[in-house]
Amino acid sequence: MDLFVQQLVGGLATGGIYASLALALVMIHRATELINFAQGEMAMFSTYIAWTLISAGMPYWAAFFITVTVSFAGGVVIERVVIRPVEKASILTIIVVFIGLLLIFNSLAGWIWTYTIKPFESPFPDRPFHLFADISVRMHDAGAILVTLAVLTLVYLFFRFTPLGLAMRGAALNPESSRLVGIRVGWMLALGWGLAAAIGAVAGMMVAPITFLDPNMMAFVLLYAFAGALLGGINSPGGAVVGGFMVGVLENLAGTYVPFIGNELKLTLALLLIIAVVIFRPSGLFGKPVVVRV
Amino acid sequence: MAALLEVKNFEAAYGPTRVLFGIDFAVEDGGISTILGANGAGKTTTLRAVSGMIGTSGSVSFDGERIDRVATEEIVRMGIAHVPEGRGTFTSLTVEDNLTLGAYTRKDRDQVARDFERVYGYFPVLHERRLQQAGTLSGGEQQMLAIARGLMLKPRLMLLDEPSFGLAPMVVQALFEIMRQVNRNEGVSMLLVEQDAALALELADQAYLLETGRVVISGAAADIKGDDSVRRAYLGY
Ligand SMILES: Nc1ncnc2c1ncn2[C@@H]1O[C@H](COP(=O)(O)OP(=O)(O)OP(=O)(O)O)[C@@H](O)[C@H]1O
Ligand SMILES: [Mg+2]
Repeated sequence: MDLFVQQLVGGLATGGIYASLALALVMIHRATELINFAQGEMAMFSTYIAWTLISAGMPYWAAFFITVTVSFAGGVVIERVVIRPVEKASILTIIVVFIGLLLIFNSLAGWIWTYTIKPFESPFPDRPFHLFADISVRMHDAGAILVTLAVLTLVYLFFRFTPLGLAMRGAALNPESSRLVGIRVGWMLALGWGLAAAIGAVAGMMVAPITFLDPNMMAFVLLYAFAGALLGGINSPGGAVVGGFMVGVLENLAGTYVPFIGNELKLTLALLLIIAVVIFRPSGLFGKPVVVRV
Repeated sequence: MAALLEVKNFEAAYGPTRVLFGIDFAVEDGGISTILGANGAGKTTTLRAVSGMIGTSGSVSFDGERIDRVATEEIVRMGIAHVPEGRGTFTSLTVEDNLTLGAYTRKDRDQVARDFERVYGYFPVLHERRLQQAGTLSGGEQQMLAIARGLMLKPRLMLLDEPSFGLAPMVVQALFEIMRQVNRNEGVSMLLVEQDAALALELADQAYLLETGRVVISGAAADIKGDDSVRRAYLGY
């Protein structure tokens, strides 16, 4: 029971990180119909920025908010400078640009901060968090879940209740009609990139205390996030979030209770999940099937 | 009356295919002009070109200002509402959110609240369905929504692309009556593109007949309506 709850909470903690990144993937996907493979490396780079600020003596939460802000601006700039010129290019071109971004961020991080693995501080105290009865979980797990839920709630409220959020949804749904009501669609896309980068930054800072910091830390995380997004529905933000949490829990429980999976085969599980979803339910658990006229 | 919209020597092409061959037309301030023509004549192209959605040569002046190099989003801010062919519904948003987007560029928030009442007054059915996904509305209701969305801009000029398309005659009558009221009561000028010539000539005061990208006849709507030979040769009724 004790172990089960701990693994469940641990799964929700990493699941929340997958959920955040899955949401970032979905936001870009809704506007561009493509998966931003560089999303994970952008988050990794953001986390290094936070590490640099904290190492320079800045208090954790100050570094946290500065990193989120810088990442938001970085996302906007990347869209304007790198993505916009190829916006109308072929899918293959855009994918190559995404992969290029991935490699650039990866090697840039390696060049600036080296490939040596670094510990990354958790903002939460290093002691057990007493849940109920005699069951306690790691404080960082509980804290990461709270931070993730706060971010997801803020994003939801923004899209649901603000005029700008509505305009961003409109721009992704119907760019032409959006222009005709005066929405500057290009800027909405850039804002979407900014938001996705900011969400990714939070995910990176929450996962780094668990995985440690190195330029390749996000490769697996992004794969799990992608599996979560597919499982929930690549065109459904809410679905992707639920899918991310599910993958996190599944990963942890399978790693603990299915003996032959262990830690080594967990990644295979994610891959199997992706393939299974694509074959049996391409629209995911919560997404609407895309009807293509033939 | 001075012209609110004045278009001169207007040309447009899709790639190598020329579609408009130097057309001239105008909309008086407070007036209604109609562009009539068969399928493929270039009516939609004309409206899209006025809105800056496709490149053109020639000049377009709105309220004395050249707008032929201005971006679509900025043209909207000058008070031109384009109700596009196919209605342009934001299908997965609610009716209310569609209307909210119509007022996206406006800064006068409390006046916008009153404008919701105003357009719901014209289209009570939209009020009943305000929380419904717009894609689930009937064709006629979506056309009403498209016009209502345009009205939420509080425009000076509306560009209407075949509002009668695919609607039952009764619904069309009601819709045109509302457009007449909007024009009379609120002084909104209109550029109406139609295939239903009889209906459009009833509403408009100026008419232009477009044939494969050229204006072949223009004049007061009443004159064209009264000219039997024009009617038989071009309008087919
Ligand atoms: N995106 C496009 N690419 C290439 N050609 C186009 C495009 N849109 C329209 N055309 C061509 O331009 C011409 C005029 O089209 P347009 O849509 O303006 O006609 P219309 O008068 O609105 O017709 P309808 O009454 O059928 O709506 C047609 O010959 C059409 O095939
Ligand atoms: Mg047309």
